[in-house]
Amino acid sequence: MRVLMFGWEFPPHIAGGLGTACYGIVKGLAENGVQTIFVMPSASGDEDGSVATIINASDVPVVSTSSSVDDFVNMVKFMKVGTNMIPYVDPEQFHEMVEAEKRLREESTEKHVGEKFRFSGKYGSNLMEEVARYAMVGGTIAMEHKDEFDLIHAHDWLTYLAGIAAKELTGKPLVVHVHATSFDRGTEDMIDTRVFDIEKRGMEAADKVIAVSDLTRNIVINKYGISPDKVVTVHNAVDFSGRENLQVERGLKDKVVTFLGRITFQKGPEYFIEAAAKVLKRTDHVHFVMAGSGDMMNRCIRHAARLGISDRFHFTGFLRGTDVQKMFALSDVYIMPSVSEPFGISPLEAMRSNVPSIISNQSGAAEVLKYAFKVDFWDVDAMADDIYALLKYPALADFAAKEGYEEVNRLKWNHAAAKMKKVYESVIK
Amino acid sequence: MYFQVHQPTRLRLYRFFDIGKDSHYYDDFTNRTILHRVAQRCYLPMNRLLLDLIKKHGGAFKVTFSITGSALEQFDRYEPEVVDSFRELAATGNVEFLAETYYHSLSSLASEGEFKHQVEKHVKTIEDHFGVTPKAFRNTEMIYSDSIGRMVYSLGFKTMLTEGAKHILGWKSPDYVYTDPLENRLKLLLRNYSLSDDIAFRFSDRGWDNWPLTGEKFLSWLKAADGDIINLFMDYETFGEHQRESSGIFDFMRYLPDVVLGDGSFEFTTPSAATRKYKAIAEIDVPDPISWADEERDVTAWLGNELQQDAFNKLYEQSEKLALLNNPVLWEEFGHLQESDHLYYMSTKFFSDGEVHRYFNPYNTPYEAFINYMNALSDFILRIDDAVATSGQEPVRKPVKKKKTK
Repeated sequence: MRVLMFGWEFPPHIAGGLGTACYGIVKGLAENGVQTIFVMPSASGDEDGSVATIINASDVPVVSTSSSVDDFVNMVKFMKVGTNMIPYVDPEQFHEMVEAEKRLREESTEKHVGEKFRFSGKYGSNLMEEVARYAMVGGTIAMEHKDEFDLIHAHDWLTYLAGIAAKELTGKPLVVHVHATSFDRGTEDMIDTRVFDIEKRGMEAADKVIAVSDLTRNIVINKYGISPDKVVTVHNAVDFSGRENLQVERGLKDKVVTFLGRITFQKGPEYFIEAAAKVLKRTDHVHFVMAGSGDMMNRCIRHAARLGISDRFHFTGFLRGTDVQKMFALSDVYIMPSVSEPFGISPLEAMRSNVPSIISNQSGAAEVLKYAFKVDFWDVDAMADDIYALLKYPALADFAAKEGYEEVNRLKWNHAAAKMKKVYESVIK
Repeated sequence: MYFQVHQPTRLRLYRFFDIGKDSHYYDDFTNRTILHRVAQRCYLPMNRLLLDLIKKHGGAFKVTFSITGSALEQFDRYEPEVVDSFRELAATGNVEFLAETYYHSLSSLASEGEFKHQVEKHVKTIEDHFGVTPKAFRNTEMIYSDSIGRMVYSLGFKTMLTEGAKHILGWKSPDYVYTDPLENRLKLLLRNYSLSDDIAFRFSDRGWDNWPLTGEKFLSWLKAADGDIINLFMDYETFGEHQRESSGIFDFMRYLPDVVLGDGSFEFTTPSAATRKYKAIAEIDVPDPISWADEERDVTAWLGNELQQDAFNKLYEQSEKLALLNNPVLWEEFGHLQESDHLYYMSTKFFSDGEVHRYFNPYNTPYEAFINYMNALSDFILRIDDAVATSGQEPVRKPVKKKKTK
């Protein structure tokens, strides 16, 4: 079986979790005997080509101007993009992005048949335009490789238009994969309707929709009006191959409770601060760390100061590379109090580093992790209880660490890919 | 004329990962580089200029300095030449040196014991460096209130300098000597902020309708004021650093004594001499602390937001534990972490006085300043707790009075 897959990024150059997930999926599919042609807007050439054939959309000139593709382009052409749309970005990358975009702006932004378009492949403010162009190029690529695949698989709204274009031009079945929805990025009454529209079109045009959790599946069914029998949950996994847990010398003798992620409304950072203040009322010997950056960071700093716990509540800013592993290695408890989390890979990383984790019931990960502690995101009392227990009762913490480690090691992309293969089989007639 | 000399001990980028591992908090390279720059631009040439003026005018030209302990430590370490040139000025007998808090701290707002300790430490340091004993006092950033005045008097000072803040003076003129209502024997000299800032802030401003400022023009303004004494207090770094040499600030100062003394209506004096000569005309009520900073002339530049208040409270909560320890290294660290500059960097008053704040601020945002400071402070607290644990004494737990938070 052969699949034409549209992604947005692929390791090693990734800004969000999507690239990592795509890599795991492609690798898992290969183990299940599925060959993948992976298309991405901007490849660097150092991607792992052993698991899939990588096609760099920036190398492909637009040759076909099917009217249906033009329709998409016309639809999105006017959509100038505000920063609130940028899905997975931290402020450190923002400057870089703005600069790169200026350079792009200086080049012609008109589309010309027969010309190549240099994609940034990032999440810049000309994202909508890139999405539209990606659809055009995607259609072209699909036609060029028409005989080399049996179906199309598109990851998240950024690539849905490309997936639809490929389906319309080749007539092959389309599977869209929902890693996150607009409802995970905005609040109920403040979603980006342009993105919502693309998401809905993609789901409607698809023959099957894969959701990363039951939570996300329900959103797809209830908010996008997609028929339940078309939507299949395939939980994410995580690939720990080749990774040794870091040994880090600890500076703090006290215990450390860590939150790691974007500091945005969806991640529930303020519930963590409230829980921390409650724990500190009962014990002194603990430090709390909020690692990451985001639009709520400054508000959180003020919040902690107002509660008078700043000497015990630390902010690291955005962590890069090995600092993330280092942070896990320094932690005794990991917490992910997300208000809305389609899946949430970070607690898996924490548990793999032998760190017991507390996660919210409102996360996809809660559906698969038996040995994580689960609380409602708003229940700061329960959160404080769990933190306190994990800090004070070593038997509990040891048990959670040991079982958690075993548990996450059993979550393999191999198994997830096998489920995906079944989905593929169901759409190929 | 009175000049304030201070350089903060700036912190390095101190990350969470450093806590408990690396207890060096300071950015030695930046501190040395800035000190070297300011020495070349301001301290050395201006000290030379003042020495020349004193020699030229005999006893008629006098100036006053206060130099913080933090600045003196940096001079000793990086630019001992600067200390020598201040010593030369001291030797003329025409220069008064004031006492202040050694670490340019807000201890007067936190703890009487710590305040007293720092003032005594500063007095001793000035004696050691310049062979003179300070008799008059200026508090960090000119911070003053009735009760701070009483503390200052109890430390043996009879003269104190502060801001001629409009909201405490009302219709009164800053150009007289006043007293503290709680302690009538403490004489107060109030900064004439309008005339002081003409030199310190507006001198090089080409958009100012009085630009360029000349000695004659300035003299005419001095003469328009009626009072006993006009107090021109400013940062010493005004000369050559805030106002660049190219603005003509050195020429202005070189010429000003000629003009003023030539006219004959004024003489130059020092704070202690002034309060001996002139009687206090009234008490002045200052129930809440004032300072010379920003439009508000209060302490909100350092304690205006919840970040600053939490940092301040957490810092001074350590005094009790420290008091149990006879550990000079920790005490010194405590001192440097008390420098008011660290709190100033966390100020969110970026709108009205933002320009001044930004000029003095090595951090991009108040949040960065806060995070960095709290990380260093957390490490410091760990060290204290370790020291207390090994000394075998448990600190007596007393609830610490918190600053009011909004």
